[in-house]
Amino acid sequence: MTHEATLWPRVEALLANVQKPARYIGCEDGAVVPSYEPDTVSWLLVYPDTYEVGLPNQGLQILYELLNETPATAAERSYAPWTDMEQQMRANGVPLFSLETHRPAAAFDLLAFNLSAELVYTNLLNCIDLAGVPVRAADRSPADPLVCAGGHCTFNPEPLADFVDFFVIGDGEEVIAEITAVVRAWKEGGRADRADVLRALAGISGVYVPSLYDVVYDGHLIASVAPRHADVATRVDKRTIADLGAWPYPKNQLVPLTEVVHDRLNVEIFRGCTRGCRFCQAGMITRPVRERPAAQVRQMVSDGLKRTGYDEVTLTSLSSADYSGIKEVVGGIIDDPACSGQVSVSLPSLRVDAFTVGIAGEIQKVRRTGLTFAPEAGTWRMRQVINKLITEEDLYSAVDAAFSQGWRRVKLYFLIGLPTETDDDVLGIAELARRCAEIGRRHTKAATVVASVGGFVPKPQTPFQWFGQVGVEELQRRIWLLKDEMKKIKGAQLKWHDPKASLAEGLASRGDRRMGAVIEEVWRNGGVFQEWSECFQLDRWLAAMDKHGLSPDDHVFRHRERGEILPWAHIGAGLHEDFLWDDWQDALAEAGLPDCRWTPCYDCGACTEFGIEHVVASNVPPAGGSQGTGQDLASGGEVPVKLLATRAVS
Amino acid sequence: MKLRIRFQKLGKVRWISHRDIARCVERAVRRANLPVAYSEGFSPRPRISFGLALPTGAESLAEYLDIDFAANDVDTDAVGASLSGGLPVGLDVTKTAVLPVGTASLQEAVVSCRWEIGVFAANDGLIHDTAWFADAAQKLMAADEVVVTRERKGAIVTDDIRPNIAALSAEARPDGTPIFAAQLHTFPRGIRPAELGIALDLPVARLDVRRTHQWIAPDGALTEPLELDERSNQCLPPITPQPLAVVGVGPTGP
Repeated sequence: MTHEATLWPRVEALLANVQKPARYIGCEDGAVVPSYEPDTVSWLLVYPDTYEVGLPNQGLQILYELLNETPATAAERSYAPWTDMEQQMRANGVPLFSLETHRPAAAFDLLAFNLSAELVYTNLLNCIDLAGVPVRAADRSPADPLVCAGGHCTFNPEPLADFVDFFVIGDGEEVIAEITAVVRAWKEGGRADRADVLRALAGISGVYVPSLYDVVYDGHLIASVAPRHADVATRVDKRTIADLGAWPYPKNQLVPLTEVVHDRLNVEIFRGCTRGCRFCQAGMITRPVRERPAAQVRQMVSDGLKRTGYDEVTLTSLSSADYSGIKEVVGGIIDDPACSGQVSVSLPSLRVDAFTVGIAGEIQKVRRTGLTFAPEAGTWRMRQVINKLITEEDLYSAVDAAFSQGWRRVKLYFLIGLPTETDDDVLGIAELARRCAEIGRRHTKAATVVASVGGFVPKPQTPFQWFGQVGVEELQRRIWLLKDEMKKIKGAQLKWHDPKASLAEGLASRGDRRMGAVIEEVWRNGGVFQEWSECFQLDRWLAAMDKHGLSPDDHVFRHRERGEILPWAHIGAGLHEDFLWDDWQDALAEAGLPDCRWTPCYDCGACTEFGIEHVVASNVPPAGGSQGTGQDLASGGEVPVKLLATRAVS
Repeated sequence: MKLRIRFQKLGKVRWISHRDIARCVERAVRRANLPVAYSEGFSPRPRISFGLALPTGAESLAEYLDIDFAANDVDTDAVGASLSGGLPVGLDVTKTAVLPVGTASLQEAVVSCRWEIGVFAANDGLIHDTAWFADAAQKLMAADEVVVTRERKGAIVTDDIRPNIAALSAEARPDGTPIFAAQLHTFPRGIRPAELGIALDLPVARLDVRRTHQWIAPDGALTEPLELDERSNQCLPPITPQPLAVVGVGPTGP
């Protein structure tokens, strides 16, 4: 098939009619304009959300660089066009295009989607359709691109099984070269049957080809999931890179010309987390902890700032204050003469303690407006259930430190609708906010405390995967209850997420293959950009469920039982099912589980199963407070965490 | 010391906004490690003043900004080259000069701009009918009043833009493409080429707009804040690759 070499003149003709035309031009510093030869294997990396949200995504940028460094391999990028641009494109017959050379998406060998959030699923379908490629995998011809997806959401790939040819589970750094090699061989062989290349791809560790598995249902349950061929793995285990230091990417972080979220230099300082927060999918599926060597972090920061001209760097990870020697690394950046005192450093997901606030104080000498903490739940009981073992003293000392050091606004993140949650737990959020506001007023009259609550959505591959999500009306009732209480508190505000969106997210998160028909229906009825409140309508989802004979009770609201086949059971995140189940039972027993970096291994499976280990510079917890473990580590004293006898913790 | 910088905006980068340009320039200044003066206060920013905003989507050969330096021994020529190196493709510095103390700001000094306006026809090609251009320009210049209705902050505003139009004529680009050449005053209000398009009853979305000059009038006569000369680093617009083959690949719609 012949494709236009570039759609640019036709794209440009549309730009005066859309908001934010800079979304569609490319031209970022760090962008690679590849050249194409007949033997080039070409990837279009698509982030199925707006340019502003997608551009900073580090996973996509890492793969973009690695692919463009590979001989005879090209990678370009694309993002979901906003609704105004989509309308223009459809009206003028302009297909989805890449940003670097504005080639049509269908001219690429692979369309590779990054899936970081479930509510983008309908955008994935829309992007495939805009590319002019059949939305259902079964309808595609050998001339069509291979459609694949990676990212955290693929730990339950089933809701997208009908639309995606293959999924990549886990870290992508190594596996993409193996995929490229298989696709190259298929191209050289004349791009014959799609089934051939998919079968070959299924032979790669970490690659899941859903069309090679039969799913048998028993009512709303799954009776079996089985590979169709003897040589296809019964369970696809995630890929894990052992040494983050071997992958100092991105080396040329993209610098957008227009404003995006996280518009600053980002350097990943470690991957994985062993805090063990039971609601956190990212923490469960990215184990073990792999720290980047401190010298490499400093080098990446210094090279990155120089190259990009940014005056701000974020040291990214799931809990950056846990990085061994975080204080030294941060100090090194600030004292670097090349940074000339104009660089600010930020740490996402601040740990809740005074030590962390101290670091934040050192690095944010200016612009002290707001600081965010995530206690996640309002009572110690509830925090033991979710294993976020922050004591009230931790929080109050952190908040006191923040206000005393000049911050005027403290934001607190909470989840609502957690397992075993009672009204007392919900009202505990108000109590924490009240105490924090009081502490703030001791330092400044302008002190405000913002409590932000989000409806909890249980995620696959976590101890809460069996939990029946709380319904929309009940969630709303709890939010109103909290709102009434918060109104009485001087200096405190409440913000909350729409509980309706939590239900749709729940359907997409833990649904099985039958959810594909629902996602397609929602998309066909115009439901794109579902994570944007101005575009989201729950009715579309409920009507689609109804039409396809599915009930939210079966797929979201009911508590699942041990022994039932979960839709993602044939995808391996490295965690033993026994570990997850025991941890779920511990949760119900309100028992915490300490961080295994600093306490003996409890054999979750992430290390032992894969023959890899935590890569940390120090086995000693950083100083200060309880470290979110609930233990008084600073004084080496008592251990207030109640541990169940069934655990091999000495 | 202050430097005045003339730069151009050509090609794909025409679609970034005035604010985007400001951010690109700030980053380019830091990349080039220029000894720029910073503002005081909690949130120090490099002291850069930008001239008249260029509408998003328009190209320009004559954009300006003034940079305040913390040092007095700055090599003005080197500043231009190093800034260009840190700016996106299509944004290029063409001239730099030391600004004498007391020089009026760009916002105050610029009295009018010259614009070249090409017009795309419905079939996506440029209109090539030279006579049509001449006729339209003549009619508009002969009118006593040119009333344009536009939306501003949600309200419908109607006003006469004829006083803002100093001149309008039909001309041709070096390749023969006919264009409007318009001289538009910046006072009492700077009208946008799009408004001229409305007055000419043209589809606004299909104009190919390029600012070619900004004029100041220190002694009455019109002159550029910085005239280009043989030392100017003027680049040609980046070449956009043209379509090779067209086939019917496109979205089918849900």
